[in-house]
Amino acid sequence: MEKNNIKGWLYLIPAFLFLGVFMIYPLVDVFVYSFEEGYNSASQTFFGVGTYNYSYVLHDPYFLQAVKNTFILVIITVPLSTGLALLISVGLSSIKPLRELFQTIYFLPYVTNTLAVGLVFMILFKKTAYSDGLVNLLITAFGGKGVDFIGGPYWAKMFVLCFYTIWVVMPFKILILTSALASVNQVYYNAARVDGTSRFRIFRRITIPMISPMIFYLVITGFIGAFKAYSDAVALFGTDLNAAEMNTIVGYVYDMLYGDSGGYPSYASAAAIILFAIVLTITCINLLVSKKHVHY
Amino acid sequence: MIAVNNFDFEIPDGKLVGLLGPSGCGKSTTLNLICGLQKPTAGKIYFGDDDVTNLPPENRGVGLVFQNYALYPHLTVQQNIRFPLENLKGADKLSKEDMQKRVYEAAKLVQIEELMERKPSELSGGQQQRVAIARALVKMPRVLLLDEPLSNLDARLRLQTREEIRRIQKETKITTIFVTHDQDEAMSISDMIVVMKDGVVQQIGKPQEVYDNPVNLFVAKFLGTPPINVFEGSVQENMLYIGSEAVLAVKGAPDGPISVAIRPEGFILREDGPLHCSLGRLEVMGRDVSVVSSHPCCENTAFRSIINAENKVDLASETVGFALKPAKTFLFNRETGERIYFTSSESGRM
Repeated sequence: MEKNNIKGWLYLIPAFLFLGVFMIYPLVDVFVYSFEEGYNSASQTFFGVGTYNYSYVLHDPYFLQAVKNTFILVIITVPLSTGLALLISVGLSSIKPLRELFQTIYFLPYVTNTLAVGLVFMILFKKTAYSDGLVNLLITAFGGKGVDFIGGPYWAKMFVLCFYTIWVVMPFKILILTSALASVNQVYYNAARVDGTSRFRIFRRITIPMISPMIFYLVITGFIGAFKAYSDAVALFGTDLNAAEMNTIVGYVYDMLYGDSGGYPSYASAAAIILFAIVLTITCINLLVSKKHVHY
Repeated sequence: MIAVNNFDFEIPDGKLVGLLGPSGCGKSTTLNLICGLQKPTAGKIYFGDDDVTNLPPENRGVGLVFQNYALYPHLTVQQNIRFPLENLKGADKLSKEDMQKRVYEAAKLVQIEELMERKPSELSGGQQQRVAIARALVKMPRVLLLDEPLSNLDARLRLQTREEIRRIQKETKITTIFVTHDQDEAMSISDMIVVMKDGVVQQIGKPQEVYDNPVNLFVAKFLGTPPINVFEGSVQENMLYIGSEAVLAVKGAPDGPISVAIRPEGFILREDGPLHCSLGRLEVMGRDVSVVSSHPCCENTAFRSIINAENKVDLASETVGFALKPAKTFLFNRETGERIYFTSSESGRM
């Protein structure tokens, strides 16, 4: 037994080494940087230790804008994408003909390159000197007034960003939920039918609780994913997100490191730690809520 | 594919009926047809005088207990039992107090009152079974259907539970149909049994009647433990021959080759008995002795006969002689398996 233990640890060493070097160490390092004021990565020097980085970041209007954007994105896209994915999965599960075809179609966005999709969205939504964009054409055709979704008002840009995010994250959720639905034993539905349960009640009282672990998984990963959103905004609005008022927290971190206003690893670290704290808090809340509503 | 063919049968009101047959014979399909989960391609289903053929399950007033119980795992016992009541709409809608009352009545009937707050995963198989029965009974169905109710229980619990089912049926007087492949189970608690094979009803009747008077070889073989012993024989001039020995007078049976089926208890141990078999071994069961012997004409390599323990069997002897009880001996057509009736000298027409 004792010998086996040593062997076990021995086998784990490579994994621990890699995890330590590439995960634990950077994490600790970021934490340390966030308290080192005026850290310079080239000269490896800093002025002092304190919470000034946090105070700077929290007072930076760009950061506050990024936090606001990120929260709007999270609050809109996570429930909407999960709900829509659930509806589509239920639809897919209840049709027989063409199911495979539809499943493939719904899964396509997952294998498509983010930037390519961004380009398509630009064509759909962007207003240029030559074209109003497809969506604007439709809006004007129905008597509405065209809006520049890419370079126009804040709500229009936020709408496109949310739309895009939902569209990108849905395939994976549909995939997970259709397989979750398929794994619910038919006998429960038969039992409910014999008891004369309405379809809606079956869905609410049987289907949802039965697949609740999967829904919960999607909500948690959805929250984390949305909080870490960045590439979607870049795909739509280009790299100067601060100017477009469309920056996200991760975008802010990136800008602080490498952007035009970059070169501030301390601020970036502080922002990253704040993001970490937010995600941790939200996940803990999720876990608490799930205790009551998720049935394993 | 035809799972159930021409199932023409009237189930008497307030009785416990066992639907019996080997696996895949269409028992469960029959049950699904009765409860409305499946629709018949032809024919009608009546409950009393009401044609329910085209009614959805919920309007038929059936309670169904599934083979694996199908208790909703995320609901407590109480919520599980209450579930069917919450579906009631319109005039049937119950108040919270009424529901609670009905739930507790059902729970009391199956004796699970103290388990109300548990989840199904915290119950034993037998307890889950009771909850499933309570859930089926709570809406006071006209017909209670049980699909292999005992198959998921261990042997001891099985005996106990079948008594329980019998008691519940007697107390509620609900017409109950239960499906089983276990003939012991069906025989022991049913008022009536329906023996099925390949979707076709073979015989319907009281358990003892069907046992004593099978209409064909399949029914004869399917009922009874130890199973009936089948020999190849022939009839010549009103005499039954097994091998070259004339074993029984069978008046009225046509001449020719036939299958002879003899219940284990149909043998009489007699040294000068007409049927001589080679003696294998004895299995003492207390009151009875089971004699394992063999005969070249027997379908199986060895067959069992059950005799009273007071009879002494000489184990040193290599052969054993039997006489046959005419009432326990059945003749069947060798090709079709249909019963061939005969009159014995001892009693009336068999």
